Amino acid sequence: MKALGKVFKYGDNVDTDVIIPARYLNSSDPAELATHCMEDIDKDFAKNVQKGDIIVATKNFGCGSSREHAPISIKASGVSCVIAETFARIFYRNAINIGLPIIECKEAAENIDAGDSVEIDFDSGIIYNKTKGESYQGQAFPEFMQKIIKAEGLMNYINSKNA
Amino acid sequence: MGMTMTQKILAAHAGLESVKAGQLIEANLDLVLANDITGPVAIHEVEKLNKKTVFHKDKVALVPDHFTPNKDIKSAEHCKCVREYAKAQGITNYFEVGEMGIEHALLPEKGLIVAGETCIGADSHTCTYGALGAFSTGVGSTDMGAGMITGQAWFKVPSAIKVVVTGKLKPWVSGKDVILHLIGKIGVDGALYRSLEFVGDGIANLSMDDRFTIANMAIEAGAKNGIFPVDEKTIAYMEEHSNKEYKVYEADEDAEYDEEIVIDLDKLDSTVAFPHLPENTKTVKEAGEVTIDQVVIGSCTNGRIEDLRVAAKILENNKVKKGIRCIIIPATQKIYLQAMEEGLLKTFIEAGAIVSTPTCGPCLGGHMGILAAGERAVATTNRNFVGRMGDVTSEIYLASPAVAAASAVTGKISEPSELGM
Ligand code: SF4
Repeated sequence: MKALGKVFKYGDNVDTDVIIPARYLNSSDPAELATHCMEDIDKDFAKNVQKGDIIVATKNFGCGSSREHAPISIKASGVSCVIAETFARIFYRNAINIGLPIIECKEAAENIDAGDSVEIDFDSGIIYNKTKGESYQGQAFPEFMQKIIKAEGLMNYINSKNA
Repeated sequence: MGMTMTQKILAAHAGLESVKAGQLIEANLDLVLANDITGPVAIHEVEKLNKKTVFHKDKVALVPDHFTPNKDIKSAEHCKCVREYAKAQGITNYFEVGEMGIEHALLPEKGLIVAGETCIGADSHTCTYGALGAFSTGVGSTDMGAGMITGQAWFKVPSAIKVVVTGKLKPWVSGKDVILHLIGKIGVDGALYRSLEFVGDGIANLSMDDRFTIANMAIEAGAKNGIFPVDEKTIAYMEEHSNKEYKVYEADEDAEYDEEIVIDLDKLDSTVAFPHLPENTKTVKEAGEVTIDQVVIGSCTNGRIEDLRVAAKILENNKVKKGIRCIIIPATQKIYLQAMEEGLLKTFIEAGAIVSTPTCGPCLGGHMGILAAGERAVATTNRNFVGRMGDVTSEIYLASPAVAAASAVTGKISEPSELGM
């Protein structure tokens, strides 16, 4: 599995309140949530994002509330992967559970700039920056999580386990 | 190698003799929680499962507290979804408006969680119950939904930071100042993926309400959970509120910790977190002249009876400054009633504050006190992220109930000593 897209770049501690502000949480419809994705940090994001694009951020991406609406809105906006130096733990779980690919990679987080064109190979964890001609080795998922991802989410994994 | 308190609870719930940091386990759950925002997503997700009934009718708690009493039609639909699911599944711990309170104040008060238990909740502040010596942590809706049906969840066993608490707090300084100080020290990702285990002889000097406040904000340092040892105060609290059997776990003497941090309670002063992160802390003395528009006293962090008593003491012989909006939200119906019986509500209203029915309300920018562009609030809540309480240019200063009440009187960030108290 591969992803290829243009990068939207953010800094440390991007919290779930700016990813999807609480004023929109009276909806749980992914398409509607996507129209407000990143609104309080980057009001043009929803307008500019294209299918396959990639979000790159530095430390503690997704900190704050447990709202699964945050990874759901990112996924529904067409983003193919989020790369960060570190993720907040609830966001990390949620992303895996709903099937939004995420990769931890300090080098990529430091070196990739907004607008770069980046290709990710999920099997090897290699992140290739086409704009700069550099590649970075991202962290592969532990085996247990790979099983959840392969099953396309936690619910399918549970069904397959109890089948 | 010994285990931390958290690791011992997790091992027992995974049916294992011992666990170590980094290990992936599946643990049995004693309580699974969701609210009116995360519940509908979970209820929708569990439709995908082959098994459709909840694992235990008494071990699931559904608390519509965020946008309630229903603030608009969409919120009403979400609450209806949760209500109907609770009814269809025969869930005993569904709390309707009238018995509802903010989940993390409500569940301990109702005795639904006790020491030694394991709990997940689709709300990040589920870590509050660590104050009782339980392992509890926030998860998303899918994890919650899976836990609600299977009674299990997967965890990566965390390592821990040992926080040694010594001494005794000065007057007007409280649990909120302790946790803000700690987050200021280690940062909002200072405990990422780890436990914060509180130990030390200073804990005996902290009330249960202080401990709830401290454990509540463990997530604000990125922690998986925060946990307190069980002592006489914990046992007295559980005996008053719960019929459940509790179990006391203690960390092994040779438990390994990543780090040790010492907090001397005697040295702490009233602390404020400046926008837009809980780690941006200063003491009130260092804060300078920050004028404000609104004060909020409430939330799962500081809407308990002790918090209201402190606020009332300050507002007793003082008035909310003209032009300042002071909003006070008791966290549960029981606290509301108690505040009424103790005359606190009268004090608040006479001082020029308003008192609301229990709700999360302004804490997450839902309703009941949203900020306009450029406005500033001192709040006893737990997050001061961009736009959390309203417009993206508004500002939230996190503080204790004592600081919040004093600030309502002066119209700027203040501590009680500035009022001669
Ligand atoms: S009071 Fe605030 S932090 Fe607590 S549960 Fe409600 S919205 Fe979340």
